[in-house]
Amino acid sequence: MSEKEHIDEVSGVSTTGHEWDGIRELDNPMPRWWVWTFYATIVWSIGYTVAYPAWPLISDATRGVLGYSSRQELTTTMEAVSAEQADLRAAIAEKPLDEILADETLRRFATAAGDAAFKVNCSQCHGSGAQGSAGYPNLNDDDWLWGGDIEAIHQTIAHGVRFDGDDDTRFGEMPAFGDILSRDEIRQVAAHVVSFTGTPSDPALAEAGAQVYADNCASCHGDAGQGDVTFGAPNLADAIWLYGSSEAQIAAQVRQPRHGVMPAWQERLGDPTVKQLSVYVYSLGGGE
Amino acid sequence: MTLATENAASSTASREAVERIDAEAVNTAGKRQPLYAPRKKIFPKRASGQFRRFKWLIMFVTLGIYYLTPWLRWDRGPYAPDQAVLVDLANRRFYFFFIEIWPQEFFYIAGLLVMAGIGLFLITSTVGRAWCGYTCPQTVWVDLFLVVERAIEGDRNARIKLDAAPFSAGKLAKRSAKHLIWVLIAVATGGAWVFYFADAPSLFVDIATAQAAPVAYMTIAVLTATTYVFGGLMREQVCTYMCPWPRIQAAMLDENSLTVTYNDWRGEPRSRHAKKAAAEGRTVGDCVDCNACVAVCPMGIDIRDGQQLECITCALCIDACDGVMDKLGRERGLISYATLSDYNANMALATAGGTETINPDRVRREGGGLSDKVAHFHWRKIFRPRTFVYFGAWSLVGLVMLYALLTRDRLEVNVLHDRNPQYVLLSDGSVRNGYTVKLLNMIPEPRVILVSLEGLTGATMNVVGLDQPDDRSAAVPVDPDRLREVRIFVTLPADRLSEADTSFRFVVEDKASFESDVYRASFNIPEGSR
Repeated sequence: MSEKEHIDEVSGVSTTGHEWDGIRELDNPMPRWWVWTFYATIVWSIGYTVAYPAWPLISDATRGVLGYSSRQELTTTMEAVSAEQADLRAAIAEKPLDEILADETLRRFATAAGDAAFKVNCSQCHGSGAQGSAGYPNLNDDDWLWGGDIEAIHQTIAHGVRFDGDDDTRFGEMPAFGDILSRDEIRQVAAHVVSFTGTPSDPALAEAGAQVYADNCASCHGDAGQGDVTFGAPNLADAIWLYGSSEAQIAAQVRQPRHGVMPAWQERLGDPTVKQLSVYVYSLGGGE
Repeated sequence: MTLATENAASSTASREAVERIDAEAVNTAGKRQPLYAPRKKIFPKRASGQFRRFKWLIMFVTLGIYYLTPWLRWDRGPYAPDQAVLVDLANRRFYFFFIEIWPQEFFYIAGLLVMAGIGLFLITSTVGRAWCGYTCPQTVWVDLFLVVERAIEGDRNARIKLDAAPFSAGKLAKRSAKHLIWVLIAVATGGAWVFYFADAPSLFVDIATAQAAPVAYMTIAVLTATTYVFGGLMREQVCTYMCPWPRIQAAMLDENSLTVTYNDWRGEPRSRHAKKAAAEGRTVGDCVDCNACVAVCPMGIDIRDGQQLECITCALCIDACDGVMDKLGRERGLISYATLSDYNANMALATAGGTETINPDRVRREGGGLSDKVAHFHWRKIFRPRTFVYFGAWSLVGLVMLYALLTRDRLEVNVLHDRNPQYVLLSDGSVRNGYTVKLLNMIPEPRVILVSLEGLTGATMNVVGLDQPDDRSAAVPVDPDRLREVRIFVTLPADRLSEADTSFRFVVEDKASFESDVYRASFNIPEGSR
């Protein structure tokens, strides 16, 4: 630098030689503790890059002499958690469902685990709150197509409904009455079904439908429309309708019934998880 | 010859008899140390006097509180710990004698911090940096460490000599003993801290038998290190360089705040040779320049430079100077607690309104003694608008907290309404809503809490897992000092849907203590049910 050293008059300290509008910067040394701390961080960083993964290479990075990796840490943590829960999982795997329900700790664990499994595997159709939607049953209510006690729920989840790949699957299919009954008869029987719980559009029509119902429907749905869980025949005398409750919707279902399909989960998820799902669904409020 | 100089001359014999201590203030105004220069050691001399006695008392009390509090017992029955002061992090409870605080009541601690803040304003505006000088842990522990240092290495001169002496077996022995005792004190300090967080007697046994949790040893190690480094090695540097308090507290002082003041209006011109001065017709002040005030200063400053950031107002220089004034037969208070307004008034008196240099004759009366015109601190000066405002705000926060504490309920309910699904239509046409209800039994005794519905005519509720029939209320047993979470299903019959007012209340009551709490809830029904 061409300028020679400049000493500040007031403090007697040399300046950096830079000047801004007559203001000069003092060239005080850094405080010693600061400088030593800085050197210490440099030493530390060398040690750190040797001990831990640090330097990027072409396809990898240095591994560090301690062999640390965050993936490994995650695995270790997950294994530790699994080990902590091993007793509970084992108990759920070997105990029957009613014993799991009777044990407060097991029930809690199964409900929480079932909740997680439900969110991953079931919520796509039944909704994240198990509230269902048109065609997909609400699992919170007390209306069960295939039975609402814990064993029935377990059976349904394990083997599915109308699922081709499982010999034990729940099966029941309503014939398409559009080929069997006349249009008028279908209108009559729809009016009759509405009359179980509400007021049909035409009482005479409902009256006429009684005979049609007795001849064609009562064998599965029951004389008073109470349904039958053996065939998955829905209860027609309650407030809950999977495909709608209006006469037109009922008539459409009589003419050309729609049938939901649920996969069997036993093989995919294993029995312990299916048990947990059963306990969770059972605990939603409608379990019998 | 003026009266004052005559008066001064009469005590000249003793003035030169006062030993002049060869002390130089390390942090004196004229030679301020640059930040990057190595620290110059300070060897404070032992002081004695009323402030030193007061400081011994405060050290005794504060250290006693700190070390002994965890060992106090307080019977709370079989369901709660019997330690009087306990921060139970594992169970998230704080116990303070008869008070038990749950995490959601942490605002009491916040309130205490607000009170501490305002209290600091109040104390500082009246008696200056009393916190720094007497009760700050840094001051107390440095004082304690200095006691050890003096006991082993001797007082100021002996310590300076030892420090300058070449390395020898004797020096090594003394130094090792000193540092060993310091470390022991530091361990005890860190050790006492962890006892606030667990049952002290059992933790003590665990620590001694190496069975305590690693975090206990870590905490002790960290606090041992900080105590030893701050109290033994860094000392005044903590106050001068690290602590924000000196900067903040200075902003709270005003002209009526008491600060440790060198009264140069009666001390100057300082002289050791009054007789010679008298012979030359010069008047001299009361200061004999004996450096007693500098020698005792733990901060290494010269109070005669005036108020300065480093001064923690420990008042040891007052004790030192008063001792000298007593020997000389002069009034105490050449260095004293004084307010800036009094000081300015006296300074104006001594300098004839600032027109001349200090002439102590102007503040003395005939026959000796200070003139009646000299201003002294009067206790009424404590009561000024500023201190009233501080005290008012401080009391207000305190009273509000006290009221909240005395009237608080030890029974609470929190409710979470199911959002997904918002409601469930049941097969008989009735509608069900689910609620997660948290019952907080905040006393260390088991209770049966009655949960009931208020409003929502016709609705019934069922507590899941309690095996009670649907009803308008249910009795839920809750463990002592615990929260119990229950699922409650509330069902409204179909015929009530059209007329229902969907807001209702969960009422929880303890029939034995008459405590109760209410949660205003709402009930969701399908659109179009009305």
